Amino acid sequence: MVETKTVKFIITRQDTPESAPYEEEFEVPYRPNMNVISALMEIRRNPVNRKGQATTPVTWDMNCLEEVCGACSMVINGKPRQACSALVDKLEQPIRLAPMKTFPVVRDLQIDRSRMFDSLKKVKAWIPIDGTYDLGPGPRMPETKRQWAYELSKCMTCGVCLEACPNVNSKSNFMGPAVFNQVRLFNAHPTGAMNKAERLNAFMEDGGLTGCGNSQNCVQSCPKGIPITTSIAAVNRDATLQSFKNFFGSDRD
Amino acid sequence: MAGSREFFYRRLHSLLGVIPIGIFLLQHLTVNHFATGGESSFNKAADFMANLPFRYVLEIVIIFLPILYHAIYGLYIAFTAKNNVSKFSFFRNWMFLLQRITGVITLIFIAWHVWETRLANAVYGTDVNFQMMHDILSSPFMFGFYLVGIISAIFHFSNGLWSFMVTWGITISPRSQVISTYVTMIIFLALSIVGVQTLFAFI
Repeated sequence: MVETKTVKFIITRQDTPESAPYEEEFEVPYRPNMNVISALMEIRRNPVNRKGQATTPVTWDMNCLEEVCGACSMVINGKPRQACSALVDKLEQPIRLAPMKTFPVVRDLQIDRSRMFDSLKKVKAWIPIDGTYDLGPGPRMPETKRQWAYELSKCMTCGVCLEACPNVNSKSNFMGPAVFNQVRLFNAHPTGAMNKAERLNAFMEDGGLTGCGNSQNCVQSCPKGIPITTSIAAVNRDATLQSFKNFFGSDRD
Repeated sequence: MAGSREFFYRRLHSLLGVIPIGIFLLQHLTVNHFATGGESSFNKAADFMANLPFRYVLEIVIIFLPILYHAIYGLYIAFTAKNNVSKFSFFRNWMFLLQRITGVITLIFIAWHVWETRLANAVYGTDVNFQMMHDILSSPFMFGFYLVGIISAIFHFSNGLWSFMVTWGITISPRSQVISTYVTMIIFLALSIVGVQTLFAFI
């Protein structure tokens, strides 16, 4: 008789946003090239835990399945990352899955990342180009600048940097490392630069850039390899200059 | 700009750590190093410092108030962090934790040190001189306490210089941040030698 190979999971589950978390173990049949998502789909198809009891299927969030949307972020074997790019063959078993607790847990592995999008709205992480008439073409962007700005644009608001940051927690109102990068990205754009001061001033308010304590976990954890700490220091410099302009200067832009 | 006080408080905290507190630390370590030249050499230097004009103004404006602000706001910063070196054991995360631990140790040390060598003088008129430090440091416990306190203070200052340069946007590139790590750690080692030499000179 051929013994079927299986994959063991220990999943931290939670039935409602308020209820207490608990662990449940699962064992799913192994298939070559499995990732954590396909294993979760297997549990969903046959929601029976390791003891053989029928249970509710595990809930998680996902969308693109190619590590560009950021929706399936979870803590896998202690490390926050995307479930879609977490290959079972490369993980130590039993594979431990837990939600990123920095965010409110909706159910099981599904979290609510709204706070990140609220922060982006707060610092105006977009480029206003709408007018009541045709504003014409914007200023050109130097190619070298476009190249490094492209790296910053890879941020998918996945929340891994917030999960890794010691200063993002229930005791602090710090928006998190990702925001530095977005402020730098939109301030770097020639059209976006027209609202640079507005963005910086919004980010200098409470909960903004001063929350960073330079642990640099963000840059080590970012799945897209974004130079977040470079963005942090760059935005810090801009904020220093902006604060001087605000206090000593007269021209507002 | 409704709530940008935090920005001001935090940047003030960062600035005060270097100017004047860091400068004072350098001066304090330097003057105390006269102890390696013997008792009279130290007493002469200490007398010079104690007889500076506007002494109380200098002490209050350059030393007490900045340290008080830096300490109290620093405690708030330290206790709003949720340290996670067990999960994320990166070098900088360890430095982040050490910066907070040495900050708290330094605060405890300075509180005791200021009482013993400054306030006791102001209240009871005890003499602050080589003999006094010799008596304090003859106790192995106090020697250990001073050793840990001084090294903590120097580490907190040196590593603080590194984050000061990031906070104000001086070192932006990863390379400049790596090199400033080396430079600040050399400063830490050099000042530690100065401090420990001074300690041994008293006994």
